[in-house]
Amino acid sequence: MKHARIVITGVGLTAPNGNSLPEFRKNLLNGVAGIERIEVRYMGSQLAGVCHYDALKYQKKKEIRVGTRAGSISIYCAREALHDSGVNFEVMAKDRVGIYIGCTEHGNVETENEIYNISKFNYDTKFWSHYHNPRTVANNPAGETSLNLGITGPAYTIGAACAAGNMGLIHATQMLRLGEVDFALCGGVSESIHTFGIFAGFKSQNALATHDDPHKASRPFDKARNGIVISEGGCLYTLERLDDAVARGAKIYGEIAGYHVNSDASDYVLPNPVRQAECVRASITRAGLSPSDIHVVNTHATATLLGDIQECEAIRAVFGEGCPHTYINNTKSYIGHCMGAAGALELAGNLPSFDDFTVHPSINVDDLDPLCAIPGLVLNQPRRVAKVDTILNNSFGMLGINSALIVKRFHP
Amino acid sequence: MTKEECKKIVLDIIADIAPDEDLSNVKPEVRLRDQLQLDSMDFLDIVMELRKRHSIEVPEADYQQLASLDSCAEYLTPKFLALVAKG
Repeated sequence: MKHARIVITGVGLTAPNGNSLPEFRKNLLNGVAGIERIEVRYMGSQLAGVCHYDALKYQKKKEIRVGTRAGSISIYCAREALHDSGVNFEVMAKDRVGIYIGCTEHGNVETENEIYNISKFNYDTKFWSHYHNPRTVANNPAGETSLNLGITGPAYTIGAACAAGNMGLIHATQMLRLGEVDFALCGGVSESIHTFGIFAGFKSQNALATHDDPHKASRPFDKARNGIVISEGGCLYTLERLDDAVARGAKIYGEIAGYHVNSDASDYVLPNPVRQAECVRASITRAGLSPSDIHVVNTHATATLLGDIQECEAIRAVFGEGCPHTYINNTKSYIGHCMGAAGALELAGNLPSFDDFTVHPSINVDDLDPLCAIPGLVLNQPRRVAKVDTILNNSFGMLGINSALIVKRFHP
Repeated sequence: MTKEECKKIVLDIIADIAPDEDLSNVKPEVRLRDQLQLDSMDFLDIVMELRKRHSIEVPEADYQQLASLDSCAEYLTPKFLALVAKG
């Protein structure tokens, strides 16, 4: 079956180390991380990636008060992406625009806040906010974005644990190909640093990073890695069918070449390298490529002891020694784990490689774990390469969801 | 508690729930919804904040009493005075 070609025409993002793609990319090439200490309810000082975007740029104070952090991040990213796309939004048919936003979770922050609030009133539920339900419905970030922009097409979230960012793009690609919409805002967001439960959960798993220097805390592939740094963030793209993008003279970042999604069906939290490898292989096959055609692989690795090793096992199984032009990096080493936003942000950080022929490194690797020593790793310093035509983005999540997305250089 | 003090309490609440609004020229006799961007959820906020900050209960049947600053003062001032009397 011949599918319509889908292209990326705009990027809007906020990451712990940048509020636009140029700023984010510059910091990735200069080794600038964005981790700090924050106070977490009941837990005290914790390491986290915090976004410092200007929420009032696109929202009224009341919208921020009534809405959620994930909604605010979504609105910022959506508006930035629209602006970047150069589309004439005023004249667009708003019922033909889809909003597809990946989330690891939503509602924990708001529920915890309300329970804390009523704890001050002897747990009397008459003090429970009437905003609780609109704040905690799973579609909240997409719904707030539709309200802010007046978009009347389908707007919903996609729950896919930490594979959700990729899933936003994949789902948008599918909806554009089905003709359900003509224009999509898609990607992922996370507000997870505002819920103590996520921190406490990872801590109970012995998977929460600690380090004296916040910027060195997130260290995938390093022997001394000791867990995840939890971060917030967002990244939304504008996706269009190629014909539409060309007709309006849009700038094209790249073309969706292939993707695959599968499930481990083996454990609640432990990754499964066999299924991960199957997922990556299937995405390459769907793109009509071979492993040696992939030039950049952005890993999901979160800096847990076992997870990094297992992803490296999967990558070794697919790419092995026979892919001398495949380079492998990691973005969480700068920004921690942005959860639902991770896949979308990490892809964005690599897109400029099509233009600058540079692979950003994985930082904080002082002592490479031999079990993570896969060929092609780009460590600590950017690497200038001869050719970047393809980027493969891994994003995996709890309950065993795996996603791999390939973007290729656009050739008319 | 005077009616003017009561209006000030309501305005302080509105300042928090509608932070984009200019409250310097609110006309006490005019319906709040006719001069400010307030929706039904905002009125629930006013009810909630009266409960949280001042232990004042406004039953749903009486919500219409909160329509303007004047009507708020007429309705709420006796409630504040009753609270003071109860100690």
